[in-house]
Amino acid sequence: MGNAMSFEPWSETRASAIIAGQLGREGPMLPILHELQHAFGYVPDEAIPLIATALNETGAEVYGVITFYHDFRRSLPGRHVLKLCQAEACQACGSDDLAARAKSALGIDFGETTPDGRVTLEPIYCLGLCSMSPSAMLDGEIVARIDSNRLDELLAEANQ
Amino acid sequence: MSIRIYVPRDAAAIAAGADKLTAMIEKEAAARKIEIEIVRNGSRGMHWLEPLVEVVTPRGRVGYGPVSVRDVAGLFDAKFHEGAAGHGLHQGLVEQIPFFAKQTRLTFARCGLIDPRSLDDYRAHGGYVGLEKALAAGPVSIVDQVFKSGLRGRGGAGFPTGIKWKTVAEAAGAQKYIVCNADEGDSGTFADRMIMEGDPFLLVEGMTIAGLAVGATRGYIYLRSEYPHAKIALDAAIEAAERASYLGNAILGSAHAFHLEVRVGAGAYVCGEETSLLESLEGKRGLVRAKPPLPAHVGLFGKPTVINNVLSLAAVPFILAEGPEAYAAFGMGRSRGTMPIQLAGNLKYGGLFEVAFGITLGELVDEIGGGPFTGRPVKAVQVGGPLGAYFPRALFDTPFDYEAFAARDGLIGHGGIVVFDDTADMLKQARFAFEFCAHESCGKCTPCRIGSTRGHEVLDKVIEGNAPESNMALVQDLCQTMKQSSLCALGGFTPYPVLSAITHFPEDFDVKKRHLEPAE
Repeated sequence: MGNAMSFEPWSETRASAIIAGQLGREGPMLPILHELQHAFGYVPDEAIPLIATALNETGAEVYGVITFYHDFRRSLPGRHVLKLCQAEACQACGSDDLAARAKSALGIDFGETTPDGRVTLEPIYCLGLCSMSPSAMLDGEIVARIDSNRLDELLAEANQ
Repeated sequence: MSIRIYVPRDAAAIAAGADKLTAMIEKEAAARKIEIEIVRNGSRGMHWLEPLVEVVTPRGRVGYGPVSVRDVAGLFDAKFHEGAAGHGLHQGLVEQIPFFAKQTRLTFARCGLIDPRSLDDYRAHGGYVGLEKALAAGPVSIVDQVFKSGLRGRGGAGFPTGIKWKTVAEAAGAQKYIVCNADEGDSGTFADRMIMEGDPFLLVEGMTIAGLAVGATRGYIYLRSEYPHAKIALDAAIEAAERASYLGNAILGSAHAFHLEVRVGAGAYVCGEETSLLESLEGKRGLVRAKPPLPAHVGLFGKPTVINNVLSLAAVPFILAEGPEAYAAFGMGRSRGTMPIQLAGNLKYGGLFEVAFGITLGELVDEIGGGPFTGRPVKAVQVGGPLGAYFPRALFDTPFDYEAFAARDGLIGHGGIVVFDDTADMLKQARFAFEFCAHESCGKCTPCRIGSTRGHEVLDKVIEGNAPESNMALVQDLCQTMKQSSLCALGGFTPYPVLSAITHFPEDFDVKKRHLEPAE
């Protein structure tokens, strides 16, 4: 847990290969965007014209898809990404207080990254762990039954 | 002979430390030279006991939970690997735990029991009997049996599955699709996730039967990105099913083809709405489509498409294997069969409880769920996700049934129940309903796109004590507009949590009583 994520630097050759690799599928747009983000940590603007050409879409259409979905990023996140569930089941178990505690400890709001680039803090609406609320995800790893102590441990891991 | 120990691979167990626990049990057993075999099963659904470790004994499977890494040495000392009762975490025979024993598990019969990675284990527990019978029965009979079972869409809308299938079966088209809606975004729900992780072949089988029934050769599971463990489980099941000819060009040597693929969403709640989901699968923004045309006629890539929730498709193998009467024998009124109910939020005993329709909300919250773990009284219960109504204790006699909930201005939705204790602020919850709608609105229709933001703003004014009476009248009016003229359930149902909070908890909207305190 809390393993800092590492991504490849932008490469047009690599991006083109990713796009080409998905073209045989029906509706390849989302699979392409997911794989680009997996490789680069975000969907670089430089990829938009490449996707548009490959799918015979306009750049505006591709931009529209990227910006519609909460998952897709347009810039690199912090080295660690902490997502705190803010949906109703977690609200019923104190997620508001945990969010306030995390924001205060990191000195940032939801959707922001600490100035040193270590941690990005995001809300998430449901991890499907609603019988073990509150829950969170740190660098892709899920954690349930969080209290303030457990949150502090997660924050410490994320600050490494 | 080696001892067989089950440690769940379900995300709920993993989130409580099951992976590290597995490694620790293996290490400790090796150090003590005790021969064990660990199977990573699904969850039994008793989440307060997760990770629930089960040991196979001649008497049955004995459970220990919730087990943490620190407990492992002590468990071995207490001879848990022989099923001994001495340890404090000993729960006895798992299937005799009252929460489990009280259920009627039709859809979840195998979940937690078998190894979800093993096709042989699935078959050894009645798996693929439904498909074999479906192949023998033929398309018309399959549709008829699903119709006779009384199965209704478990995603929330409650539309008869058999009628949907019949429409697609009768639609003309060389290419048809089966799409599974696995975008389980409602807070308080996790039944889809549990089935996909704990019994993935069941969903694969259900979709294959749907393909046979309507003449579709290709299927997609649209899975939300928040469920990475379900993706791994489904991909493994699809690969195993392909190898054994349960999927592919000639299903079990027949002339029927069916190909299946998992597609991952990208964090948009609205994509759980069926037409938005289809747009997303096609690679577009998830904008809701106006209906008609229905997806059954013009669906994925414009082709006739069955789009069903995970639980609807997962109910089908039982119906084909045991007959529609066996399924319809359970339930009440027009709600036939069982519903996997998800008990969530502030409860002592949260988890998955599959039961025939008709059980009351009060039984579920007080008796099965044990009330809030905080020890405080229940204030409100939200049933059916973020678009469901908040019910007070006064409505606890409501039976779990599509029509009974509708009659009380609520909905059962996907079967999620979220419990709040008396510290909940219902004005804040009402405001959150608007806020969530604004966050997730696809933006296509005005009542949802603008109404959600305005609702959020107006309730902020109420919280500030700014002209509360006229602003509350505005909220009521706005809710009527959203209800009547939104394109889909996101805008159309957001008024349910808002209006139910206002109706049942008026004291929380009384600004004088709130002492003009800001909400946060």
